Amino acid sequence: MNANPDKTHAMQFGDLGRAPLEPTNDHVLHVERLNLFYGDNHALKNVDLQIPRNRVTAFIGPSGCGKSTLLRCFNRMNDLVDNCRIEGRILLDGKNIYDHDVNVALLRRRVGMVFQKPNPFPKSIYENVAYGLRIMGVNDRATLDEAVERALRGAALWDEVKDRLDESGMSLSGGQQQRLVIARAIALQPEVLLLDEPCSALDPISTAKIEELIDELKSTFTIIIVTHNMQQAARISDVTAYMYLGELIEFGATDTIFIKPADKRTEDYITGRFG
Amino acid sequence: MRNWFKSGEPWIWMTAGAVALSLVMVYAVVWLTAARGLTHFWPHPVVQTTFTDSDGKAVRVIGELHDEEEVSLLRLREAGFKIDGKDKFTTRYLFKLGNRDITGNDFKWLPLPLLGKFEYPQDVLTLERREWGNFYGHLKEVKEEGKVVAAGADAWPELQKRLARSSALFKQIYHLEKVEIGNVNYALEKLRLKERKLELQQRLTEADKAAIAAQRAQLQAEFLALQEKLEKLRHEIKRDSLTAEIADGRSIDIPLANVADAYLANAMTTPQKVQHYGRKLWEFISDDPREANTEGGIFPAIFGTVLMVILMAVLVTPLGIMAAIYMREYAKQGPLIRIIRISVNNLAGVPSIVYGVFGLGFFVYFLGHNIDQLFYPEAAPAPVFGSPGILWASLTLALLTLPVVIVATEEGLARVPRSIREGSLALGATKAETLWRTVLPIASPAMMTGLILAVARAAGEVAPLMLVGVVKLAPSLPLDGNFPFLHLERKFMHLGFHIYDVGFQSPNIEAARPLVYATALLLVLIIVVLNLFAIRLRHRLREKMRGLEGV
Repeated sequence: MNANPDKTHAMQFGDLGRAPLEPTNDHVLHVERLNLFYGDNHALKNVDLQIPRNRVTAFIGPSGCGKSTLLRCFNRMNDLVDNCRIEGRILLDGKNIYDHDVNVALLRRRVGMVFQKPNPFPKSIYENVAYGLRIMGVNDRATLDEAVERALRGAALWDEVKDRLDESGMSLSGGQQQRLVIARAIALQPEVLLLDEPCSALDPISTAKIEELIDELKSTFTIIIVTHNMQQAARISDVTAYMYLGELIEFGATDTIFIKPADKRTEDYITGRFG
Repeated sequence: MRNWFKSGEPWIWMTAGAVALSLVMVYAVVWLTAARGLTHFWPHPVVQTTFTDSDGKAVRVIGELHDEEEVSLLRLREAGFKIDGKDKFTTRYLFKLGNRDITGNDFKWLPLPLLGKFEYPQDVLTLERREWGNFYGHLKEVKEEGKVVAAGADAWPELQKRLARSSALFKQIYHLEKVEIGNVNYALEKLRLKERKLELQQRLTEADKAAIAAQRAQLQAEFLALQEKLEKLRHEIKRDSLTAEIADGRSIDIPLANVADAYLANAMTTPQKVQHYGRKLWEFISDDPREANTEGGIFPAIFGTVLMVILMAVLVTPLGIMAAIYMREYAKQGPLIRIIRISVNNLAGVPSIVYGVFGLGFFVYFLGHNIDQLFYPEAAPAPVFGSPGILWASLTLALLTLPVVIVATEEGLARVPRSIREGSLALGATKAETLWRTVLPIASPAMMTGLILAVARAAGEVAPLMLVGVVKLAPSLPLDGNFPFLHLERKFMHLGFHIYDVGFQSPNIEAARPLVYATALLLVLIIVVLNLFAIRLRHRLREKMRGLEGV
């Protein structure tokens, strides 16, 4: 299946060794020989990689290369897709998340996700942030108040909305909505935060705010971001994975990937020869 | 010309024309029913004139003008009227002559050339009677126990005074008959059923027998007391009467007990007419029908319609919504669910009378009969639920409107954006939690749409109801003061059926016609009110969802 698994493997470890940020041996997620099929379509091919803790990992690659699919494997969002079949393992702190005894709802609390388009619920700002906690059974007003404020501060939205928490989350601007959705996710204090092209529907100013936010959040959370925007990947990520046609082509420190890519295909993509 | 076609302007004209046509038709419906129905309650002036009959004799005519039309003289001559002249056409008038018990027919077409001068004498009396329809004549005397107490100019004030007394008595009698004696009868019947039940279970002890007999004796004593009171009132109301001279000069005695309302139509001032109009309109809405539904009010029909629609909504909403949730959210989308969906859609196209037949066969005969056998053996052979009633009518209509609710809810669920569902799932919510906390609230306006359509359809449906519970005249409302208050097994009246009954089954079609329009207008109004209520609710739900695509 994989054109040259050895090479990808070698790169993975070799490149990580040259990553500028320490420590590098602390990995949250281990992906081991992951294959994913949508019916007959082989969407992910023998993917192996490790996501470093408290770092920003970016997935880049042309459309349809499987980067979003891979991201959605980390919180088992692909379970919702009919006839999707997965082989291989993903270990979250040593435990395979595809084991039968895994509680998917609990997994998704540990691995939060923010989608491409802001998707606040048609509820108040407060209720949007409190949603996950209420699902967990937290109904104590004081606890919720505190958690909502902390999450909104964490998402750099508190100052803008503190006076109108009862207004609909739909009434916010696109950038604010996206930060609200991030607040909603971090209110559950997950270990990993998955961002699926979080800025693609936003204007440049809102994008800058979100990027700033990601930089702040990485001290608390491990962040994986899928992006189409290579400048963005270069600006905010510590580690970058380049994917092409369902394969992981190159994975390593962002600086290395962007300055001196090891693979010709990565170089072609980054220099804009295709994509 | 080609450019004009290309510009798309013909399309704009065509589409706008369709809108205009629809508006005109809706307006016409409302205008026609309002014009024909609402003018009925305005006091009509009473015309006095002469009519030359075929013997050349002039006969006095007193009555209200109700209609006029152009008619060919030839036709009139063939009908036996002797009219000279060279005109081809003339006018004829429809007179409401009243006095049905005395002269036989209360409506008559009379051609203009044979009529004398139209006069509007101030002292012509219009009586609305509890039997035999209207009466027109000149008031002569008022009598008490057959002795004249007032005559001539004094008669009218005296009549008004005595009419107030007899109306008050009538109200007492009505209350006594309908409510108090009705309650005693209800209690007696319950007692009989209790005894019969114990007897059937073979648990009827001597002590029970004695207790029941004692209760019965007490109720019967109450009944007799009420009966006596009633007799006394009946005797009292018979005391007064009036004498009036009708068109042909005869003097007629009318007991005041039979007079519902009396007025001098030609002597009324405009404020008096307005007051009269308001009173009549209120009577129409709040009173029981009289005279085989051709007079009086339609309150039981309004009540029955609204109650039935509410019951229907209560039954169909949860069922339809749950079915839609299963089909959209849980069932595996395959050929089977597609067949079910197509079947549900086709169910909406089944003629409503078929539902009526089904309701009668399944609900009334099968379910009702079995319920009677299981729970009400003591009432046999009289059916309780085994005969048509409001519960079965509501259930039949719930079945009829079920597809509408299912389809609307399914569409609402389908329109909930996938991103919202994923957002909820990504926060650790299970599928059920996502459904209850997010998906259903978002789909609620669509459910309201389904309910609105269901209510509109159910309130206007008549055909199936005739089989499963609607009657021409229900003796009591399905909701009253006797435990358990809501009597689901009772038959009820319905505005739609009332229109049919008054319009087509009435013994006195001319008198009933305005009521058909008035009832139709009221039915439309009730549906509009029910819909506005639901639309308001939907609007408030939608406000909350504002900003969400496609909802």
